[in-house]
Amino acid sequence: MASVNYSSPHLPASGSVNVMMRQVLLALLPGAVCMTWYFGPGVISNLLLAAVTAVCAEAGMLALRGKPVASTLVDSSALVTGVLLALALPPLAPWWIPVIGTLFAIVVAKQLYGGLGFNPFNPAMAGYVVLLISFPRELTLWPAPHAGLGLTDTLALVFLNTLPSGAALDSITMATPMDIVKTRLGLKTALSDLQDGGLFGLVGANGWEWVNFWFLLGGLWLLKARVIQWHIPVSMLGALAGMALVFHLLDPETYTFPAFQLFSGAAMLGAFFIATDPVSASTTPRGRLVYGAGIGILVYIIRTWGGYPEGIAFAVLLMNMAAPTIDHYTQPRVFGNRGDES
Amino acid sequence: MTLHTFHGGLELPGHRERTAATPIRQAGIPPLLVLPLLQHIGEPAECLVTPGERVLKGQMIAAPRGNISAPVHASSSGTVVAVEPRPFPHPSGFAAPAIIIETDGRDAWLDAEHGLANYHQIDAARLLDHIRRSGIVGLGGAGFPTQVKLGSSVYHNIELLVINGAECEPYISCDDRLMQERAAEVIEGVRILQHILKPKRCIIALEKLMGAARNAMQAAVDNAADETISLVSIPDIYPSGGERQLIRILTGKEVPSQGYPADIGMLCQNIGTTAAVYQAVMHNRPLVARIVTVTGAGINRPGNIEALIGTPFSGLIEACGGYSGAIERLLMGGPMMGFDVHTDRVPVIKTTNCILAATREEMPPPPPEQPCIRCSKCTDVCPADLLPQQLYWHSQSGNLDAAQDYNLFDCIECGCCAYVCPSHIPLVQYYRHSKAEIWTREKQKQASNTARRRHEARLARLERIRQERTERLARKKQALETDADPAGDKKKAAIQAALERVRQKKAAADIAPKNVDNLTSEQQQRIREVEARRQHPDEDTGQ
Repeated sequence: MASVNYSSPHLPASGSVNVMMRQVLLALLPGAVCMTWYFGPGVISNLLLAAVTAVCAEAGMLALRGKPVASTLVDSSALVTGVLLALALPPLAPWWIPVIGTLFAIVVAKQLYGGLGFNPFNPAMAGYVVLLISFPRELTLWPAPHAGLGLTDTLALVFLNTLPSGAALDSITMATPMDIVKTRLGLKTALSDLQDGGLFGLVGANGWEWVNFWFLLGGLWLLKARVIQWHIPVSMLGALAGMALVFHLLDPETYTFPAFQLFSGAAMLGAFFIATDPVSASTTPRGRLVYGAGIGILVYIIRTWGGYPEGIAFAVLLMNMAAPTIDHYTQPRVFGNRGDES
Repeated sequence: MTLHTFHGGLELPGHRERTAATPIRQAGIPPLLVLPLLQHIGEPAECLVTPGERVLKGQMIAAPRGNISAPVHASSSGTVVAVEPRPFPHPSGFAAPAIIIETDGRDAWLDAEHGLANYHQIDAARLLDHIRRSGIVGLGGAGFPTQVKLGSSVYHNIELLVINGAECEPYISCDDRLMQERAAEVIEGVRILQHILKPKRCIIALEKLMGAARNAMQAAVDNAADETISLVSIPDIYPSGGERQLIRILTGKEVPSQGYPADIGMLCQNIGTTAAVYQAVMHNRPLVARIVTVTGAGINRPGNIEALIGTPFSGLIEACGGYSGAIERLLMGGPMMGFDVHTDRVPVIKTTNCILAATREEMPPPPPEQPCIRCSKCTDVCPADLLPQQLYWHSQSGNLDAAQDYNLFDCIECGCCAYVCPSHIPLVQYYRHSKAEIWTREKQKQASNTARRRHEARLARLERIRQERTERLARKKQALETDADPAGDKKKAAIQAALERVRQKKAAADIAPKNVDNLTSEQQQRIREVEARRQHPDEDTGQ
């Protein structure tokens, strides 16, 4: 008999953080492939740059903090942060964009707060917001669907900042549908006038709707695998669609329809992969509903009336701040405490 | 009957098929019986025997002490060879006082009066006393003296009696087997409890998978022809065998967080306990044996063993064909709430429902602890609706007040949270530690309160003595002054002074001790004795 004193329960562990993180990476795969299909090899170079930076930064910081490096790295959480950030970045951004963003995410937003489990803010979104505020122009370098460059041209642009001969940056990149809708509606163009020009697909933005669809499928698989719980995605998407429906019904020419909100930009990536980051989210069952709904409402407000075409990152960070307070006020009723009744 | 659900819980693999299908075997009489004086919740029993004394099976060898206590009986005939601390099954691994009996193999019963087969005509108080003297405690694992539980409920209006046949944990099948083989005894035990408590209804709950037990019990219930007894199968969700969870499933009602089932007119008794009540009342057999599930991949022929209380674990394991290989953990209790006993020399006690010998493959050492990622899987499975990870944060940082604010003491230590934790944090261990810390702190607070009261009393006493001395001196001085007076007044003054002294003494005796309002009558008696003793020397010096 072993001389160790084991504490109950004695059944073998039923899950592990390492496995959960890898399941998240797996669930991101279809969406990432779809993004590459529409927006070119820049998506992959972003992913690789961010992933390598994330793992190196995590290892360096762990070593500096005197923590075990190898046994911590296997939790794959740094990799998840890097991949999530990379999927939010434009495929034609210069190489230092994913590197700087990931460095900030891992070094400042995660490790300086104490590493996995201790960061109050979603590291990937903190990194993204730093980039968005510091390098707004670089973050607009999205190509039109299927109009991106080939592999060599992309690599030349990303790493050497050289454009293919005879091409201007403006001719390669294109404002995202979210951006166009925002500017045009801001100029009092009626929504019905935007219908032509390949902006819309079946239900959402052209191209983006399929990216969102595959992230939705990945997310549903995570739900089924019980890596995430339904509360946050459902309440976030519900609030977003609800807001969109109300305003669309009030004024269909100014406000986009709910399906466009759900299947454009980073809605599904945000709902299933970013807002559900457990470390920085609310943890009580009711709190998760409030937290998700808060993100959905903020996303709609920022998209519609705010200064940016997409609002996931700001909405998530704002609700991160509110999470401890939400948790405090949404504690479940403990068994045997029925309140006033009997 | 509509069943309700409780929040959380787990569907766990049962690991019961083999033991539940094998008949109960007898462990036989071991050469030595080790009977700890504390096998229950409450005060340890008081030893009644001395080494060298001959005892008979069923003879009370240790008497209950105080209200919440239970006696210990010799579980076989033989000679007491020692009364000394011995290792006993407890998470601490410590030794505890025990009576050791060398058996003579005759297993001769104490020839006592007959059972109370006519219990219908006997009042509850007498039956309760009989149950107390029979040493019956909750056999489901808690070990709370049964008579205390029943006794405190007699004064409540018990509407519903719940007989708990749902096993507490995976692997354990002793109640299942008992119902299969001795259904009639169980039902007769139920009838006795009904007679004591006079409930309106009685529900016998068992799990859905217990098909054979249900058939046997159904036949016995039909035989009893009692409309108020019903048999209910509940889903196999851990911890539905927990008293509070079971009541919730059956009635939808919740036992108040700091209260007892009796507060909502219910009482829950374990199947094994019910059978023990039957043995005690009908055959005057005190609790000297119990059924233990001996199981785990480390056991050659796992099964249910009826063993004398005090038989070493090794005796039961031998009865099951011994170990099959290297044992990683030897547990008393189930895999979710049981504890590691380190050695198979510890005896079976009244609360030993299961001996689990697990191999390394079956229960490998836990993976290293990782940081909590606040995934709240623990919250989702908590049957007490707690926030386990908040309890963990506050326990880990030693913030015990906050842990209590998050209802630490509503935790039933079922282990669901730790089982699902992807970071492999031994959550239950943190909670136990915090609870223990809080208890220690409370004890210290009480001790310091007592010390403060004593100190105040001492100051008051010193002050009184000082005052008395000053007054005495003043009187002496006055007496000396009056000496100068004419002779006629002198006698008068002396009488006056004597009278004054008597009055003073009387007044001194009237000074009441302070802060005694909340003390028990026993403590007040002790204070009075102390006061009396203190008055004595004063009198001497006063003359």
